[in-house]
Amino acid sequence: MTAANNSKVKILVGKPGLDGHDVGAKVVVRALMDAGFEVIYTGLRKTPSEIAQQALDEKVDVIGLSSLAGSHLPYCKKLKGLIDQYGLKEKLWLIGGCVPKKDHAELKKIGLDGIFPNGSKLEDIIVYIEKNAKMKEDA
Amino acid sequence: MDGSSSDLKEVINESGIEIQPLYGPEDVEESGGIEFIGDPGSYPFTRGIHKEMYRKRPWTMRQYAGFGNPVDTNKRFKYLIENGQTGLNVAFDLATQTGLDSDNVLAEGEVGRVGMAIDSLRDMEIAFDGIDLEKITVSLTINGSAAILIGMYLAMAEKKGYDVSKLRGTAQNDILKEFVGRGTWIFPVEPSIKLVGDTIEYCAHNAPKYSPVSVCGYHIRESGCNPAEEIAYAFCIAKAYADEVKARGLDIDEFAGRLSYNLNIFGNLFEQVAKFRAGRGLWAKIIKEEYDAKDPRSMWLRMIAGGGGGGLTFEQPEVNIVRGAYYALISALSGTQTMALCSYDEAYTIPTEYSARISLRTMQLLMEETGLCDTVDPMAGSYYMETLTNQMRDKMEEIMTDVDVQGGVVEMIKKGELQAKVSGQAYQMQKDIDSGAFPKVGVNCYRVEEEEEHEVEFHPYNTKDAELQIESLKEIRASRDQVAVDKCLAQLKADAEAGKNVMPAIVEAVKAYVTVGEMTDTMVEIYGRYEEPIVF
Repeated sequence: MTAANNSKVKILVGKPGLDGHDVGAKVVVRALMDAGFEVIYTGLRKTPSEIAQQALDEKVDVIGLSSLAGSHLPYCKKLKGLIDQYGLKEKLWLIGGCVPKKDHAELKKIGLDGIFPNGSKLEDIIVYIEKNAKMKEDA
Repeated sequence: MDGSSSDLKEVINESGIEIQPLYGPEDVEESGGIEFIGDPGSYPFTRGIHKEMYRKRPWTMRQYAGFGNPVDTNKRFKYLIENGQTGLNVAFDLATQTGLDSDNVLAEGEVGRVGMAIDSLRDMEIAFDGIDLEKITVSLTINGSAAILIGMYLAMAEKKGYDVSKLRGTAQNDILKEFVGRGTWIFPVEPSIKLVGDTIEYCAHNAPKYSPVSVCGYHIRESGCNPAEEIAYAFCIAKAYADEVKARGLDIDEFAGRLSYNLNIFGNLFEQVAKFRAGRGLWAKIIKEEYDAKDPRSMWLRMIAGGGGGGLTFEQPEVNIVRGAYYALISALSGTQTMALCSYDEAYTIPTEYSARISLRTMQLLMEETGLCDTVDPMAGSYYMETLTNQMRDKMEEIMTDVDVQGGVVEMIKKGELQAKVSGQAYQMQKDIDSGAFPKVGVNCYRVEEEEEHEVEFHPYNTKDAELQIESLKEIRASRDQVAVDKCLAQLKADAEAGKNVMPAIVEAVKAYVTVGEMTDTMVEIYGRYEEPIVF
């Protein structure tokens, strides 16, 4: 992927669970839009099935979650089942927010591709998606 | 006087005010003089709402606390009180905050995680067991389900033998800011404002010492607005509530004295202190001139002002202890009534006993060792401070006028315009942090390599507590008088449908051990649910 092709990549940015912290998710949405990607923001309080359904309906290439209230592990475990069930396994799956290092290995095991904890640079997220989106699908 | 030489870098504070290298008396004069400064304890209260401030009574220390079930939280409350905390600031879990019972499928994995789970009056009784509610004032950080939790708190106090008409305490209950930041809304905007009005009206008549609303600039600032906007937006929101209550025929002096504020501190020290001084004067002016208040207490900007989480960093978390100390210093210099600090582990999780105690000690150290309580408004009289106070007040007025021009804060929130504006600013700030244009120690300068960073101890989440909470909820449901429950819910529904104040019905329902989720669902049937406008 190159930056010129970003418009061909569709990204869903989702707010899982009851967590109301949406500053980071909205900042990332804006950064991804500015980088030329097509971005859909789910809004707050989405269940795993709502996120999986929207990812399926919108035919997105990337599913990004933003979690800051600590429930990322139970949530991702539930979403994983639906991702498999809906045939979304090949999509690039990312998470950002308050995701402590001690959970990274387990998240990777669940199937998360990229983890961007607080303090990550916007540019790093953009570059990661440019490099990896579709590559995973095409592989 | 500008004392500038051409090779000096331009400095503009976050609120957009250009800062000179030097200030003198003519700058104070030019910015409006000291006419609006006055004396502490007198209109316009710029220097403080009390004449003697901390000399007479130091600030209340109220760390945010709550996790797991009410038994766990009761222990933490007692620990903080034993360590010298003088007020409680209750954290509820997200299920409670969004009106869900602990056994709701949507609450799975969330019960007791970021605060205490409360389902029924029984939980409230356990949480405050053995705590003297006359000595320790309690602040409930609750918004979407605030009407229910206020009802529950008052019913609990009454059951424990307190005279509710004399009971002090605070609820956050600022739903409009939840639509902009924090996000624990339930009902659409209009009925949400109506519910805030219900609580203010009910408390004015039944619990006149209780502060039913703490208007929050805090979370809008966290969401991306600048310090002048923080105050301006908070005032616009407070006016929306005041208008709602006035329209019901209450006199401003019947309720304005119980309105309070929850405001944020991070960033430039002088800008923050000027912000609070300016804000106090402006609020007094608004309440006096626009609302025709007669009682000086109605004009007081009473506040909790604490160290904001937004200033703290994920990187090098121990450095946040130092940041917190500066924020507490700013808070004391600003003449706050109540102080709370985000603990150093804020960017990771809710505080441990240890981190909460460090925050408490930080505030105690300031109180005992640094002379901050000796004299009122010690920053007054500085050419810089007085000029900046005048300029910040002008800025706030400009912003409020601009909100009016755009149709008012309620309309802007309904359309998602305010949300889009502050999130745009948050994006700009993130870009400035990423590029290094806005310095953040440990983040974009003075970093350490990852391997050097040592892990801090985190508050663990215990799934067992959630299981116990669900068991206890089931026991309550099985043991209560179901006929009374049904009757209470029918009354609540009827009152909501008729547009009546729902507080009396809520208080009755609470006493019959109706749960937070049951009452919320009943109100949703009438009011509907909020649908978030997605605007960028």
